[in-house]
Amino acid sequence: MTQSVVVQVGQCGNQIGCCFWDLALREHAAVNQKGIYDEAISSFFRNVDTRVVGDGGNISKGKICSLKARAVLIDMEEGVVNEILQGPLRDVFDSKQLITDISGSGNNWAVGHKVFGRLYQEQILEKLRKSAEHCDCLQCFFIIHSMGGGTGSGLGTFLLKVLEDEFPEVYRFVTSIYPSGEDDVITSPYNSILAMKELNEHADCVLPIDNQSLFDIISKIDLMVNSGKLGTAIKPKSLVTSSAGALKKQHQKPFDAMNNIVANLLLNLTSSARFEGSLNMDLNEISMNLVPFPQLHYLVSSLTPLYTLADVNIPTRRLDQMFSDAFSKDHQLIRADPKHSLYLACALMVRGNVQVSDLRRNIERLKPSLQFISWNQEGWKTSLCSVPPVGHSHSLLALANNTCVKPTFMELRERFMRLYKKKAHLHHYLQIEGMEESCFMEAVSSLSTLIEEYNQLDATRSMPVEDLPRLSVAV
Amino acid sequence: MNLIQKEVEKCDCLSGFFIIMSMAGGTGSGLGAFVTQNLQDHYSNSLKMNQIIWPYGTGEVIVQNYNSILTLSHLYRSSDALLVHENDAVHKICAKLMNIKQISFTDINQVLAHQLGSVFQPTYSMEGSYHYRRNPLGELMENLVPHPEFKMLGIRNIPQMSENSLAYSTFTWAGLLKHLRQMLISNSKMEEGIDWQVRPPLSGLPTLGKVSLNRELHFNTSIANLVILRGKDVHSADLGGFKDPALYTSWLAPVNAFNVWKTQRAFSKYEKSAALVSNSQFLLKPLDTIVGKAWNMFASKAYIHQYTKFGIEEEDFLDSFTLLEQVVASYCNL
Repeated sequence: MTQSVVVQVGQCGNQIGCCFWDLALREHAAVNQKGIYDEAISSFFRNVDTRVVGDGGNISKGKICSLKARAVLIDMEEGVVNEILQGPLRDVFDSKQLITDISGSGNNWAVGHKVFGRLYQEQILEKLRKSAEHCDCLQCFFIIHSMGGGTGSGLGTFLLKVLEDEFPEVYRFVTSIYPSGEDDVITSPYNSILAMKELNEHADCVLPIDNQSLFDIISKIDLMVNSGKLGTAIKPKSLVTSSAGALKKQHQKPFDAMNNIVANLLLNLTSSARFEGSLNMDLNEISMNLVPFPQLHYLVSSLTPLYTLADVNIPTRRLDQMFSDAFSKDHQLIRADPKHSLYLACALMVRGNVQVSDLRRNIERLKPSLQFISWNQEGWKTSLCSVPPVGHSHSLLALANNTCVKPTFMELRERFMRLYKKKAHLHHYLQIEGMEESCFMEAVSSLSTLIEEYNQLDATRSMPVEDLPRLSVAV
Repeated sequence: MNLIQKEVEKCDCLSGFFIIMSMAGGTGSGLGAFVTQNLQDHYSNSLKMNQIIWPYGTGEVIVQNYNSILTLSHLYRSSDALLVHENDAVHKICAKLMNIKQISFTDINQVLAHQLGSVFQPTYSMEGSYHYRRNPLGELMENLVPHPEFKMLGIRNIPQMSENSLAYSTFTWAGLLKHLRQMLISNSKMEEGIDWQVRPPLSGLPTLGKVSLNRELHFNTSIANLVILRGKDVHSADLGGFKDPALYTSWLAPVNAFNVWKTQRAFSKYEKSAALVSNSQFLLKPLDTIVGKAWNMFASKAYIHQYTKFGIEEEDFLDSFTLLEQVVASYCNL
């Protein structure tokens, strides 16, 4: 089985990462009853004999001694990482896997990318190489960061180029948190657009997520929990937002619930690669099937169900509801309505007790209401993993390559232009060595090209579908 | 190849290889085609039959059409016969005939295994003989693949039903064979929903020249057929219906085109069962559909960069298309 390394950059990246590792440990604890270090665990964790000093001490088989996450934690201010190291997860991280600085990037992409990039390039490379060496077969880097800040956005995207040069054959999956309409960082449009250019050029696959959508999902769950409309109680642990065993009304830390959703996303994405199932889907298959053209690698994701009711019997109707929900705009992790836009490709990753006939029935049922591009009318990729997530009997992750990402990008560009026209806050960026106005112009034009590509695909919607003349052969 | 060699050395008399693979994925299709090529190079005297799984029409793998055309074109050059199992057809058998509510891949694979068993389990070598056929693979190939341009074989078998229904059914050879024959003629994939209106063209009339594929091909012309009968009173079965020259192309007489294998021993839980392996226009429509879809996708250049990254160029695609269009045209003009 293959291994993946998670690189969490910046405050947002590290907070999400923290939730991710917590959830990953819980998932493996639920599945792996005997405490044996198996291949499923090895995809994200190393088994280390902590008595050995120095680098040795990796144990490949047998009982679990001490699990260390395959992670690199990067932040230019110490607060978040220190908190992680003092919290319950401190033993999961190796102190050698951290890169920190003191003062942070000041919400400035240029500081993150140019200043800290240059300063820490060697260290970053070294830590990445180390983590890669610990893997038998490294398949994928998961980068978690936000687009609006300075470190996550600037240094996070600087990393992508480094990874591309150093590990060209390893996939780069980026989970990016895009700034919402009311974002607390004023310069977030600048940071995001500058980061977008890097994502366009150096990422294999990007999963855009925005805080507003996550918040809406949480509100929806809270409403259901509190309304008492449900006849039976909700199963504890089954909330996609739950971080501890019990059902909580007040969340411990702000953003905790939202981060858990993203953590669930990453776990479900990799579930088929880690656990067994009747129709496996590895990570390279995601990239292969969902990215028809290299620049169009932005995937809109949705997770269902958000909670499971406590009754054990799940009639087919509920299962079908799960599939329907995956396409509704309320369940998407970004503000988007895939049903009313054009699909280029769609992947359905199912976990739990679901069979191929249920899958096929639902695809047949939902297909008529969805628009697929003419040359990919049957653009479905499916996978079945037998192991469900903690607290659920089955779940579905839908990944769509759909033109509904276009409005997000257009809005971002508009917010950028509003600031840029007035040259507001520009001097903070331009005073950094290596930054010029042309950087901004290039970034906007890269985004505009991307938007234009989506436009062209959308334009084909209204055109009649023609079968092209086939090759004719002499008989 | 080392592993294969070890297995080969254990055999007294190797008749050939079965390569079981799917067409839609990456390993089965790509590596399977590669292995077949290697077998061709290293064991050129042995027969190779590829059992290929034809993917569901929708929803398995997005690039399944590309993978399929690349696989088929490569296999056509290096394999001796392609025995095709269609996921859609087997799925319907599970749903309609076997009455399985929640169909899993285990169910589908069981039906497939049953189909294969009904063909390749031992049969007597001759009428009245008690010796088993020595080389079923070789004889099957000899009977069914007279021309290298026509390698695509399909399987049909009856009866197929759930244990519960079996308790209430009785079978006669006449009934079974009548249904099987009509399944062949009307290109039906299973015993339900057979189109009884389809009839063979009246002999004496010249066969139609170039039939355009747009017209519904009602009648399924065969090159060669093999029927395998297992069960009680098998010697009383009348196979005259399969020897009708109207079923076959003009360049092969029924005495050569049609063969039958028999054994008294029943197979699985069926007192009487019949299987048909056919080299006919069974797979013409599915093949044409896949080539059409792959061509449409190819025209938009979608996903091509994923293949060129690993060394398959656009010309390789075009070669595959050319080869398969040729196959389609050949089968169309039977």
